[in-house]
Amino acid sequence: MAILLDASSRIICQGITGATATFHCEKSIAYGSNLVGGVRPGKGGSKHLSLPVFDTVDEAKSTTGADVSLVFVPPQNAADAIIETIDAKIPLIVCVTERVPVLDMVRVRKALEGSASRLIGPNSQGIITPEQSKVGVMPTHRHFAGPIGVISRSASLTYEAIDQLYSVRLGQSTSIGIGGDAVFGIDFVDCLELFLADDKTEGILLIGEIGGSAEEELADFLKHSSVKKPVAAYIAGKHAPTDRRMGHAGTVNVFGTGSAAEKIDALASAGVHMASSAAVIGTTMRLALGR
Amino acid sequence: MNLHEYQAKELLSDYGVPIPKGAIARTPADAESAATNIGGESWIVKAQIHAGGRGKAGGIKRAGSATDVRSVANALLGSTLVTAQTGAAGKRVNQVYVEAACQIEQEIYLAVLVDRSTARIAFLGSSSGGEDIEEMAAEDPNKIHKLVVDDVDRLDSEALNQFIAGLGFSGNSAIEAVSIAQSLFNAFRDFDASLIEINPLALAKDGSLLAIDAKMIIDDNALFRHGDLEQLRDESEEDQGELEARRYELNFASLGGNVGCVVNGAGLALATLDLLIDNGVAPANFMDIRPVATREQVATGFEMVLSDTNVEAVLVNIYGGGILRCDTIAEGIAIAVQRKGLNVPLIVRAGGTNMELCHKVLTSQGIATQFARDMTHAVELVKAATSKEAA
Repeated sequence: MAILLDASSRIICQGITGATATFHCEKSIAYGSNLVGGVRPGKGGSKHLSLPVFDTVDEAKSTTGADVSLVFVPPQNAADAIIETIDAKIPLIVCVTERVPVLDMVRVRKALEGSASRLIGPNSQGIITPEQSKVGVMPTHRHFAGPIGVISRSASLTYEAIDQLYSVRLGQSTSIGIGGDAVFGIDFVDCLELFLADDKTEGILLIGEIGGSAEEELADFLKHSSVKKPVAAYIAGKHAPTDRRMGHAGTVNVFGTGSAAEKIDALASAGVHMASSAAVIGTTMRLALGR
Repeated sequence: MNLHEYQAKELLSDYGVPIPKGAIARTPADAESAATNIGGESWIVKAQIHAGGRGKAGGIKRAGSATDVRSVANALLGSTLVTAQTGAAGKRVNQVYVEAACQIEQEIYLAVLVDRSTARIAFLGSSSGGEDIEEMAAEDPNKIHKLVVDDVDRLDSEALNQFIAGLGFSGNSAIEAVSIAQSLFNAFRDFDASLIEINPLALAKDGSLLAIDAKMIIDDNALFRHGDLEQLRDESEEDQGELEARRYELNFASLGGNVGCVVNGAGLALATLDLLIDNGVAPANFMDIRPVATREQVATGFEMVLSDTNVEAVLVNIYGGGILRCDTIAEGIAIAVQRKGLNVPLIVRAGGTNMELCHKVLTSQGIATQFARDMTHAVELVKAATSKEAA
């Protein structure tokens, strides 16, 4: 088992005809992802990468039976594309787009409430269930199927962590990038609940960073969770300048929450094994498993 | 994008937020004539910089005559203001805002922002606003009231009335405060702000309200919808290195140390800084190469790092991902070295897509490179390189 995505997932890509989307869709198909079509308003009826292209998500869904959509749409239209996908009741939406306006995401979050959809991202590398399927832009050469569930706010650090897991011979059940933006879809707690319920996931690795309160909320959840699995974590940014925005949107502190120290304390007190630096993420995970 | 106080006030005034009479001045003479035009007997002269804490740092001064305004402006203009938010280098004052002074009975704090925990727009407010708001909020968070707005397109007037009443307003003041809050909300939404903060909102003896200070931040990601706001950008307020880097798809921040850093990805860049500082190494900068950067853009970034005369070694820590490949970065480094030369040790740790090509490109170009196996090894090489430099 894995969470959210497996070999049977039927995937469409919104914005499939763009150059970058084409590149990554080709890579995904080569990896084994079951792409069944694409959406590009105005190009309905054509073919791209030998896949049928539709004008709307609704048409794509009813024709292909898609249950996952990869949103590869520029920031100007990303929120509208996500909301169209929510309206079409696609269960899993993955948005890799960077720099989506925050108020657009506030609208998206409102649309998600009570809907049949889950959103991963935006500003996420996507999701991969190794040896089965990937939806996103992550490199795959160090991924292999195994017992670790990975949840991360940073794409580059996930690649680093996966590399280290490879070195300590720990594969993944599923690896998810929840994205580096201030307002986003599923969070640490949502993913953690799924991993705790997944019988193939034996341990969970969290990659967090300064800004927001997702890590603190997760620590709180872990303290009260009746299901226990070994959890390891690394939090980036303990030495980041406090008044700066470092690439990710998440760090404007109006009333002082979100420091690395607060997050590390919260997680450690919830029994999480903390990696003291990004160089020891893999070995910390292995220790947490008692191996 | 940060706006100056005077820019924010101009925008908010158009939305119906009451502000004192004021004018911007770039010379002492302009400041004096501004005071005369505004009229009255007392004025406040305020340094316009993109940082809070101006009052405590001497950037906000009262003047009792137009000539006094002139001499205060003369002292402020061209000076460097160091506040709690500017860092030690401070910010140069290029313009002052001259404003009619007013009687303040009570200072209220009122802000609109995006509340991450609820993914909603929210109001924050406190009946005791003013300069010490952050200390007060840290000491007693209960003194900050919060109103979460459920729908971007509809501000519930009943909820807003209750929130305003909770801040201690009553009678006509309450009606006026509700109207100001509504204006702030509209402006927030229309301009794609990520923060509008009025501190203080002043309550006068007669019960009327005035926005004495205004801070406004526009969401950079939404500027494509607001071409007209782009002209409000004050590039002199921004770090010139950061400004240049942005043109080349790089996120950059100067940090003042002696080890230049070139990293791809914000998370990995933060992690690299943490690892260096934990090992007693002082990074000269933060640099995050965005995935879409070309080799020419990487070259420019590398040149920026080399042009910092404090730099005694450069660490390149990259992980080739789905979009950016290690060889693109190596080619960028090679271009920069051909153009500028390389007089400091170069330590490269490359993993992921096309890492072997990265080694090959740098070696074949004859660039003296120390290759690190992993991040731990990279830090060891950096320490060795910089301690030799010191010896």
